[in-house]
Amino acid sequence: MTSLVAALRAAIAPDRVRIGAAELSLYRRDASNFDGNASVVCFPITTVDVQAVVRVCVEHHVPFVARGSGTGLAGGATPLDGAVVISLTKMNRILSVDPESRQAWVEPGVLNLDLTKAVQHHGLHFAPDPSSQQSCTIGGNVANNSGGPHCLADGVTSAHILAMEVVLPEGDIITIGGQDPEPLGLDLRGAFVGSEGMFGIATKICVRLTETAPTVRTMLLDFESVEDGASTVSAIIADGMVPAALEMMDALCTRAVEEYVHAGLPIDAAAILLVEVAGLANGLEHEVERIIAIGKAHGARTVRVAQDEAERALLWKGRKTAFGAIARIKPNYYLHDTVVPRRKLPEVLNKVYEIAERHGLLVMNVFHAGDGNLHPLLVFDKREPGVMDRVHAAGDEIVRVSVAAGGVLSGEHGIGLEKRDYMPLMFGPEDLAAQAALRAAFDPTGLANPTKVLPSPSACGDVQHVPEGAWI
Amino acid sequence: MDLAAFAQEVGGVADGPVTITGTSSRGGGVPGVRCVEAPGGIEWIQADEMIVSCGAATLVEHLDAELRAVGQCVALPPAGTVGGALAVGQSGVRRLGYGPVRDVLLQAHYVGAAGSIVKAGGPTVKNVSGFDLCRLLVGSRGTLGFIGAVILRTRPLAAASQWYTTDADPWSTHALLYRPVSVLWDGVTTWVLLEGHPDDVGEQAAKAGLAAVSAPPPLPAVSRWSRKPGDLRALGGTGRFVAEIGVGIVHHSQPAPPRSLEPAAVALHQRIKRQFDPTGRLNPGVELHHV
Repeated sequence: MTSLVAALRAAIAPDRVRIGAAELSLYRRDASNFDGNASVVCFPITTVDVQAVVRVCVEHHVPFVARGSGTGLAGGATPLDGAVVISLTKMNRILSVDPESRQAWVEPGVLNLDLTKAVQHHGLHFAPDPSSQQSCTIGGNVANNSGGPHCLADGVTSAHILAMEVVLPEGDIITIGGQDPEPLGLDLRGAFVGSEGMFGIATKICVRLTETAPTVRTMLLDFESVEDGASTVSAIIADGMVPAALEMMDALCTRAVEEYVHAGLPIDAAAILLVEVAGLANGLEHEVERIIAIGKAHGARTVRVAQDEAERALLWKGRKTAFGAIARIKPNYYLHDTVVPRRKLPEVLNKVYEIAERHGLLVMNVFHAGDGNLHPLLVFDKREPGVMDRVHAAGDEIVRVSVAAGGVLSGEHGIGLEKRDYMPLMFGPEDLAAQAALRAAFDPTGLANPTKVLPSPSACGDVQHVPEGAWI
Repeated sequence: MDLAAFAQEVGGVADGPVTITGTSSRGGGVPGVRCVEAPGGIEWIQADEMIVSCGAATLVEHLDAELRAVGQCVALPPAGTVGGALAVGQSGVRRLGYGPVRDVLLQAHYVGAAGSIVKAGGPTVKNVSGFDLCRLLVGSRGTLGFIGAVILRTRPLAAASQWYTTDADPWSTHALLYRPVSVLWDGVTTWVLLEGHPDDVGEQAAKAGLAAVSAPPPLPAVSRWSRKPGDLRALGGTGRFVAEIGVGIVHHSQPAPPRSLEPAAVALHQRIKRQFDPTGRLNPGVELHHV
């Protein structure tokens, strides 16, 4: 047993410090395509436990990586260089719910959907709803500033986090943000959300709960071309409407989903749009009429309005299980997460198809069209010789095309390892230096999830390759 | 918009202390320190993207007028400049419906202490590329950098918008209404702003027994308290006030009770300031961590 393990077992309950080969193997990766290696996995159950583990890591100068359910897609929770993995999944209590202030304190390991289930009898819900919401944690949502289909109207995670108790990377415990609207000082809360475990570990989180709409209408529009679908998206927004959700699936994806869930989706369509509006009845009827008219004006063949909750749930099941459906076509996929201006959707989608075809790959698109957040899925079988090279070459081109169209690297999955070396496409050396300065202020020792998000200074101005210590 | 000229004016470490001002509607620059002004003007409005690009010295009033022409608005309080509203970060009385100022900023170009132009954030409505410097800038009162140009998220104007009043309890009134834009309470009377489809606004008002009025009450301007929304009931007897129900801001006739941060949080503030402005030249003397 190493001195690190001995110190950790002296710091928290010894059985919460695990070094078995099977466990280390489970925690060496997240849901990305990156593999790392962990030296120890710790399962703290209190803030003081987390602080004790962090302090041991600092004393031994060993990096540590906080982790929720490991559903992250960018390698943010992949441990490198024998890091200590700090799993927050045992800290999974909802501590308090205040329906009048519409706030709740939760531990970081609470599952996203469990929080909504626990507060829905108050007519409230937690608005961020990533596709992984049945299994991802609130702590992970904070780390990645997660999104989801319904973030179009209500905003991503940052807009729903009010305060946090945080163990800083040197072991101090502080509260950032506040339950009041204008806490004193800098918005450290806002800086912390999306910091991918590099600014410390949130051990208690105060979330804002959102009033659930009394009426919801869900529509499915189908189109003979992707362009028609995409221009309908822009036209809806330009008309002054912000639907609760505005999702698009292309033909290949629609067919895969229909075979999987049998929702009655039009499998001969080039693109389908799932549009949901929520609010009060009169406004909704007006919006439904407007959306149908806009869709028809942009070539929608049919418009299906869900007649009841069961039909609505079925349409959403189609959207939310798209990734499962795709596994029936090829065993592996690589998912990108760029955002482009809505008006550039047709142009960029066409380029995505062209890139995939040129590299001999299948691509499916299922994405948050309302905020221009693309999710091109390159599907493949990694046993096929040389396929990974083609997947990476195509992904690289997709990222570049998106940024060149005035877009950004990631809309909701984060940078992690996956997009780290693409940061210079969006940011110059001065911009990256400012981000590094903020990181240095939160984590002077640099031990909190190192080597993620920020490219090494030598990489500035040039896109480099996968970092050392990780392999795909 | 000439960001390079603005950066030159702010200068580098050798140029010593510097402060920034707009229209001084939020207090202006630091007295006795060399003062600069940011560039102004709207660069473009993209209504179909719901974004606007403008210089920090653009008047909020001007931006509002230009956005109104395309049926949109921006959730900044209606006074002074865009840069001032962001740097101070205090919301207007529509925060309950429109959200806080901090959620408005998508991208900023600011001039750092070394005199270089730094970009924070990105131009799209959704973006998690890198650390969120935009949130850090909002409310930082020019202590980390001087905002020069921004891209802001806009929102559609509602078809109907009407202030109402009632003698009913503000909490039960709030609970009866679906996402009101503002609920104000002075300890006796409740004011409500409803927005949306005209028929919904009318039905909601009837349901809650609200009477239309032309305007919200004048706000006591001595100080601004920040309270957990559920704690506003305890305001009785503290003096004349107008509280934002569901938000927690209190416009008060009495000075706000003093607040302070815990030592570890103060230390973190100081580390951030040292990283961004090692010589303390940006808005010298402005301290955020105690009031």
